[in-house]
Amino acid sequence: MVYALCFALFVIGLYCALTKKNIVKIVIGLTIMEYAVNLFLILLGYRKDGVAPIVDKATGPLEFLARSVDPLPQALVVTSIVIGLGVTTLAIALCVRLYEKYGTFDISEIRRLKG
Amino acid sequence: MNTLLIPLLVAIPLGGAFFIPLVSRKVRVLADILGNLATLSILICAILLFRVREVYSIGGWSAAVGITWVLDGFSNLMLVIICLISFVATLFSSQYMERYTAKYKYYSLFLLMVAGMNGVAMTGDLFNLFVFLEVASAASYALVAFGGEHEELEAAFKYLVLASIGSTLVLFGIAFIYGATGYLNMAAVSQAIRSAPRTPILTLAVVFFTVGFGIKAALVPFHPWLPDAHPSAPAPISAMLSGVLIKALGIYALTRVMFNVIGITPVYGAVLITVGALSMVIGVFLAVGQWDFKRLLAYHSISQMGYVVLGIGLGGYILASGGRESAALLAILGGIFHLANHSVFKSLLFLASGSIEYGTGTRQLKEMGGLLETMPLTRATCTIASLSIAGVPPFNGFWSKLIIVIAAFQGGFPWLAAITILVSFVTLLSFIKVLRYAFLGHLPEVLKSVRESPAMMAIAMVVLAVFCSGMGLLLVPGAREMILDPAVGALANGVEYAQSVLALR
Repeated sequence: MVYALCFALFVIGLYCALTKKNIVKIVIGLTIMEYAVNLFLILLGYRKDGVAPIVDKATGPLEFLARSVDPLPQALVVTSIVIGLGVTTLAIALCVRLYEKYGTFDISEIRRLKG
Repeated sequence: MNTLLIPLLVAIPLGGAFFIPLVSRKVRVLADILGNLATLSILICAILLFRVREVYSIGGWSAAVGITWVLDGFSNLMLVIICLISFVATLFSSQYMERYTAKYKYYSLFLLMVAGMNGVAMTGDLFNLFVFLEVASAASYALVAFGGEHEELEAAFKYLVLASIGSTLVLFGIAFIYGATGYLNMAAVSQAIRSAPRTPILTLAVVFFTVGFGIKAALVPFHPWLPDAHPSAPAPISAMLSGVLIKALGIYALTRVMFNVIGITPVYGAVLITVGALSMVIGVFLAVGQWDFKRLLAYHSISQMGYVVLGIGLGGYILASGGRESAALLAILGGIFHLANHSVFKSLLFLASGSIEYGTGTRQLKEMGGLLETMPLTRATCTIASLSIAGVPPFNGFWSKLIIVIAAFQGGFPWLAAITILVSFVTLLSFIKVLRYAFLGHLPEVLKSVRESPAMMAIAMVVLAVFCSGMGLLLVPGAREMILDPAVGALANGVEYAQSVLALR
């Protein structure tokens, strides 16, 4: 069920990226897609009533395994957020430059390339 | 000693990308020197590592918890191709990029892209693959926009949107794989998939990988960004994008994941064959009508990528459906050999188009003419590359296409062989048009003062032209066993990959 919602979020992002005319909205769509995947990764590692995956002296490794959530997806998501930030920044920078050149954010008016 | 060289393949370009902007703001010539030095040194590393089969654990963490890089036959071949084309491209850039300001930024992005591609070629970990994929892609978005004019920005934005969707799909696929198996290491994933029955989740992951990597490789339903993005970049970058980027991020990553991690099925082989044949036919027919030189070349890239996918897919199909193994190996050999050949002749064609643009200031074939006398060297190299891509003996493109045709006959697909030959003829037609309009005819008044390109650009083109003429020799017994067969073996081994990686550890 939660996974299905995650997938729905992904599809909303994809729809937004593919159909919107405003280039900033397209970038927002991309971001929604990325976050749907990040959410999916986090959910993969989630377990009910799990604790944060921090090992300390008091809890032994077996107890850690039994109680904590999976730490690996969290590490992946941190990396993926950083990558997403970089790409989004670049995309927004391109949007600004496009606006300077064409004077519009409308993708249907930005079409000099064809053939 | 050799294992110490492995991290250098990523560390040198990454370090270069960091240091070049720092030191060459004041002394501009340093950017050229350092950029060329960096690509030359990784080329030497890649050649030294060519015979090495090794698993390298980053930071000394074992494969269970850490990230591994794996060098096998296919990775080694890809690394040499990537480093060779990068070196030639930097050689060419040192003079070509004089027209642009901020050369140090250019080299910085260039090396970042090379680092990403080398990482993709070496990695043995799915998430690490995604990270390097994004490093290379992000650098390439910025490089496409490097000119900063209307067309460049528009093309870069289009490319960024489509390629980001592709990367997100790849990440989603990786998440599915992790959910289904609980591993990210490729060898471990492959073993887990083999020991458990195939689930719908896995099929979904396969679909996501195919679309994601398919966008990066510009296979036909996902190709619209390529004819905009590749011509808009500066010429050496077009050479890098068409020559190696779509192969490393698209074809290499796709085949690595499909053949070695998930394992190929007859159905998937048939999908690859269909996509490959479609790309070949549609790409070449779109190319024939183009009058912009670089745009024409970009459409041919789609078509030639079709050959590669067709060859590899045909091999996978025959292997998975239990056909003649010799035909399967031959088909994969044809695909991989064409991949290597294409990176050489397509880079050369883009460099030649850059050289013409440098001299004449135009990319429109109709505005050129008579360059035969004023640019003899560009004409000679461009002719060699055109004959290679059209598959005229004795140049390299002929041999790889011949192998694919023979393999299609042996595998029992004569109609695929027919399509291959037909597409080859149309390609020849379209390049006769290029040679006719660019170099023959009479010289227009405005182009009377055109001169041959400066020395470094000429050297870069001559180096690639020599490779174009000589790469047929790789099929000679002896050279073939040493260079091409390990790459074919790495793919044909399929999911046995896991065993061979674990044995190296």
